[in-house]
Amino acid sequence: MRAILHLAWHSLAHRRGTVLLTLLSIAFSTLLLLGVERLRTEVREGFAGTIAGTDLIIGARTGQIQLLLYSVFHLGDATNNIRWESFEAVAKQRQVAWAVPISLGDSHRGYRVVGTTPAYFEHYHFGHDQTLGFVSGGPFQQLYDAVIGAEVAEKLGYRLGDRLIVAHGTGNVSLKQHDDKPFQVAGILAPTGTPVDRSVLVSLEAIEAIHIGWTPELRRPDDLKPRAITAMLVGLKSRAAAFQMQRFVNDYSDEPLLAVLPGVALAELWKFTAVAEGALRLIAGFVVLVGLIGMMTAILTGLEARRREMAVLRAVGAQPLHLFALLLTEAIAVTGAGLAAGLALLYAAVAVAGPQLTARFGLHLSLRPPTQSEWLLLALVFGAGLLLAVVPAIRAYRQALADGLIPKL
Amino acid sequence: MNSAASAVQLEEVVFRWPRARQPSLAIEQLTIKRGERLFVRGPSGSGKSTLLGIIGGVNQPQQGRVEVLGQDLRDLGTAARDRFRADHIGFIFQLFNLIPYLTVRENVLLPLRFSRRRAGLLGGRGQAEALRLLAHLGLETMSERIATDLSVGQQQRVACARALLGAPELIIADEPTSALDADARGAFIDLLLAECAAAGSTLLFVSHDGGLANHFDRQIDLCQLNGCPT
Ligand SMILES: Nc1ncnc2c1ncn2[C@@H]1O[C@H](COP(=O)(O)OP(=O)(O)OP(=O)(O)O)[C@@H](O)[C@H]1O
Ligand SMILES: [Mg+2]
Repeated sequence: MRAILHLAWHSLAHRRGTVLLTLLSIAFSTLLLLGVERLRTEVREGFAGTIAGTDLIIGARTGQIQLLLYSVFHLGDATNNIRWESFEAVAKQRQVAWAVPISLGDSHRGYRVVGTTPAYFEHYHFGHDQTLGFVSGGPFQQLYDAVIGAEVAEKLGYRLGDRLIVAHGTGNVSLKQHDDKPFQVAGILAPTGTPVDRSVLVSLEAIEAIHIGWTPELRRPDDLKPRAITAMLVGLKSRAAAFQMQRFVNDYSDEPLLAVLPGVALAELWKFTAVAEGALRLIAGFVVLVGLIGMMTAILTGLEARRREMAVLRAVGAQPLHLFALLLTEAIAVTGAGLAAGLALLYAAVAVAGPQLTARFGLHLSLRPPTQSEWLLLALVFGAGLLLAVVPAIRAYRQALADGLIPKL
Repeated sequence: MNSAASAVQLEEVVFRWPRARQPSLAIEQLTIKRGERLFVRGPSGSGKSTLLGIIGGVNQPQQGRVEVLGQDLRDLGTAARDRFRADHIGFIFQLFNLIPYLTVRENVLLPLRFSRRRAGLLGGRGQAEALRLLAHLGLETMSERIATDLSVGQQQRVACARALLGAPELIIADEPTSALDADARGAFIDLLLAECAAAGSTLLFVSHDGGLANHFDRQIDLCQLNGCPT
């Protein structure tokens, strides 16, 4: 009814100070709720996007989450290596389309050094199936060539041709500096938002060379053949072969190996984090509830002061139901505006804090429209607001019936 | 209903407030003729406001017949009674007549938002009529002010304009002058009587101040009319 909308609008405008406070409390609690939800999904998507296009990750036998974390995300260290012969045995299987070795354990000024083959640049995919791109230079060709990730280049200010030293171990300070083996920057990668940005990539031979202290005079180049690697990424000709291949690896008799399907391992990981996520969501949910209850309380306390107003409206012909509708409309308007403001705050926060999050944690918060589950959350909050608003609306209805034209004050 | 000779007709009416032990009002017979200007006197608590609520269709008596403008209110449902009030009755209270968050003009126009009949009668002239009434009551410069900015006397005149907008058949005034000083009181009553006459409306005016009675066609003492001890 237009009369009700008209009254609700003017009534809210008249009390804009308190209305604005209520609106803001709903807006900020909505921001928290949506922010938690968005971070959660972005973290998941970010993790999933880090291993796009890889069908199997193979390493020494440990837990599948552990293997996933140290091989791809460079979180934690491998307990055991796998033999080069095992790599070759897996790589030559019929179903295997490609296999990329990964050798970890060294670092450069706090950044991980990853030993691999040029195939890495071809087969490692991230995000929505994007391949690695070079800002300048290209894959390593010489023994002491290094390819550096975007963050390494930016933070350490490296350019093509710059020399760098690789340290054994992963700490920033290391006992054994291989300082007699200066590497040279041969390529700089474009940003990916994955741990690759924080990596220094060199050939497996280079890793071997620094470890045996190789110089051309001392030994034959044969000795640079890798003996062990940390893990391998495998792409299959057909996804359908994944389980078969996994069984082959897990049953490999020469050495205890573990093959994990990245998706399955991630799902396992999310099972662990689900409790914390649930707690966060619960807290955010309660904050929203507190905001909505604040609104309800404000309306309820305001009702006492509005008894005369209600009596006047009754006198000019308003039905008790109209007064019910008036209060409900006001609450709906405040809740709706609060939700809209919360959504706007979310986008503002993403726009402002997004680049920071990308730079620090590799999280890509994009300015995309709300997802289905975000809409659902908004609808849920709206529904809860509506439900709570019914309380003062009913009170107004009954008050109207009891007071009639003579408000008791 | 327009053909009915009486504006208000009460018969054997008994009213008791929901949690009260005894009835507040028991009226055997009360008739107000069309166009009549009736003064109802009674001390505080004698049931004056209660009577007006019954005639306005806001409170329903437990017994008896209430007929307003030929319409038996028992025949109407609650929503229909509210609509009937919006269509045919204008109310003026003692104090706080105005919606605090609306302008003077919007306050005067309020009945048109709840009554299609009164809006329809005025056609598109609602705004103009509201301004005309305000001007008549000496409030032409106030129309865009927020209601609470006005003095009490001005507020009562706005309430008067609102009650009269669309010329409802019955105007009910519940001690509209008790917050005014003696001079303003007389001026307000004269204004109200003149406007009611111009609109052809019946006026039911209630007050504890018997001194005002001489402005009216007829006066009733509610204490005598009301069979309930108060
Ligand atoms: N909303 C209500 N609920 C219950 N009882 C009420 C209500 N309004 C009035 N009463 C009771 O009805 C009786 C008559 O009250 P009413 O307000 O009609 O008197 P009044 O003549 O208008 O008095 P006043 O001159 O003070 O306005 C009183 O005893 C009062 O307590
Ligand atoms: Mg009274």
